[in-house]
Amino acid sequence: MAKLLKNREILLVVAIAVLLAIIALRFPAFVAPSNLARVYNDTSILVILALGQMAVILTRCIDLSMAANLALCGMVAAMLNNFFPGLPIPLIIFAAMALGGFLGAINGTLVWKLNIPPIVVTLGTLTIYRGLIFVLTNGKWINAHEMSDPFKALPRLVVAGMPVLSWLSFLMIALMFLVIGRTPLGRAFYAVGGNPHAAVYTGIDVGRTRFFAYCLSGTLAGLSGYLWVSRYAVAYVDIAAGFELDIIAACVIGGISIAGGIGSVAGAVLGALFLGVIKNALPVIDISPFAQLAISGTVIIIAVAVNARAERRKGRVILKKAEAV
Amino acid sequence: MKILKSLMVTAAVTAALMANAAHAENKKIALVVKALGIGFFEAANKGAQEAAKELGDVEIIYTGPTSTTAEGQIEVINSLIAQKVDAIAVSANDTDALVPALKKAMDRGIKVISWDSGVAKEGRMMHLNPSSSPLIGNMIIKLAADNLPEGGDVAVLSASATATNQNTWIAEMKKVQGNYKGINVVATVYGDDLADKSYRETQGLIQSHPNLKAIIAPTSVGIVAAAQAVTDAGKIGQINVTGLGLPSEMAGHVKSGASKSFAIWNPIDLGYSATMIAYELINGAEAKPGAELKMGRMGAVKLDENNEGAMADPFVYDASNVEEFAKIF
Repeated sequence: MAKLLKNREILLVVAIAVLLAIIALRFPAFVAPSNLARVYNDTSILVILALGQMAVILTRCIDLSMAANLALCGMVAAMLNNFFPGLPIPLIIFAAMALGGFLGAINGTLVWKLNIPPIVVTLGTLTIYRGLIFVLTNGKWINAHEMSDPFKALPRLVVAGMPVLSWLSFLMIALMFLVIGRTPLGRAFYAVGGNPHAAVYTGIDVGRTRFFAYCLSGTLAGLSGYLWVSRYAVAYVDIAAGFELDIIAACVIGGISIAGGIGSVAGAVLGALFLGVIKNALPVIDISPFAQLAISGTVIIIAVAVNARAERRKGRVILKKAEAV
Repeated sequence: MKILKSLMVTAAVTAALMANAAHAENKKIALVVKALGIGFFEAANKGAQEAAKELGDVEIIYTGPTSTTAEGQIEVINSLIAQKVDAIAVSANDTDALVPALKKAMDRGIKVISWDSGVAKEGRMMHLNPSSSPLIGNMIIKLAADNLPEGGDVAVLSASATATNQNTWIAEMKKVQGNYKGINVVATVYGDDLADKSYRETQGLIQSHPNLKAIIAPTSVGIVAAAQAVTDAGKIGQINVTGLGLPSEMAGHVKSGASKSFAIWNPIDLGYSATMIAYELINGAEAKPGAELKMGRMGAVKLDENNEGAMADPFVYDASNVEEFAKIF
């Protein structure tokens, strides 16, 4: 099983390498190590969000409200910084994560206690969270000069050759790796998504597990909220509008099954990187903006199709192995 | 809410009547704004007051609803008709909804003009646009060229590829490009008015055009994102970000040097010009296609076939004035 999972991730690594090779043909400077580091840094926020979305999708749910959650937490972080410029940055980050976790818990509670389909719950909260930003700000922006310098500087701070933004995403990947692979909760995500009925018989509370998955995705969205507004040095109602689709696309490309129960941390990270490479390459390879959209879409569909094939093959192989044992 | 509004209107009427008693000969020009308490319109009022001072025999009634609704404006207009003002200059919350009320005003001999946000043709005598597409197109390339005496490569960062206003401005810009020697427009990219995409597109421009000297972003999301990307790339001083933006959003980037100057309408001039035009109309000038109406220090506005006119070039903001205007809008 582990070997086969690795296979799918290797497939994705190969796909990213091929993509980079094609881009290098048109714009060689793109594959310079410093530029690749820049591309990774640009993709960091998507990586963090994809990790959260992965946890939710594993439990056979979906979180459409992540981008709206990010925007609301980002705005609150920016407002805190604006009103209390002396507030330590770690405290602001903590507040953003706590708020994000709370917003995620609202999603989780609705899914758990009221048994509303996740897509409906998060579609609703998506609108509510965005609306709340408008209520909070009356549509006003918080601009670069209204944020304190430390607030903006943290994600840009270079430590050991990489900006803190990249390091934070590495940290989140490591943490997720531990949670998914080494804790009962992580295993419960797979169990609940793979077969909810069987999970109940093994003593796993399906609703509670989903609740925690939403809390996790909310907390990560809250962290990303701070990172987003400090990176782009602006906060307004529409930040990250439509980004939820990128997050889900990253998961799907990364081989996380929408039907739940299948997927890995490495897959989510690679899926996000795949999208990040495309997003960063399109501006420099000089093609029409209309073609860009079509190319983005086509590449995603190809990636998913390849993945789906890989998944089918894996299914057969598992059976064979089971027979052998 | 309703009671509060009528109380406020009554108070305004009483105040106006009392003022009227003192200066019976004054012309009353009402400046009706989208809503009270918005910095942009407060600044327009400042301009209107300036015009009134200059003209001497004008009294400005600055009014508007408490929230940006057409119904609120209709109520305000009806009360102004009852007050028998001489002219109404309105920035409309709805193109069509105000027409009946404004028609009634015109029937009573009140001169009606719209400014900033227009009213349908039959509801006003003329409309004053803050600027025009050719003026904006010229201004955005001029802003880039002014800081590049020796010429150089410039690129455009637009909103979406299908945004009509952006495309018109860029087309107008390209028409007058020949007037600016040595300025090469090397690329036009689209940030879709998303901060992250605009940022990434700017990074792309910096990479693929090493000799880039200026980025023109005629969109408020784009110009801010481009300025941030240039700052993060350490290119302040090498690449100047300019275009159309709001002073409150750009103040930080002007201070850091990422943007030397940018442009947008000046609300003070707009209020001033609207008052001047209303005064001209009260004094017998006729608003018809081809007519020229005087606007004091702002020159004159020429009306097109729809009785619309453009006030002036967009106003340029730089380190000398951006702080002051950032407080306004």
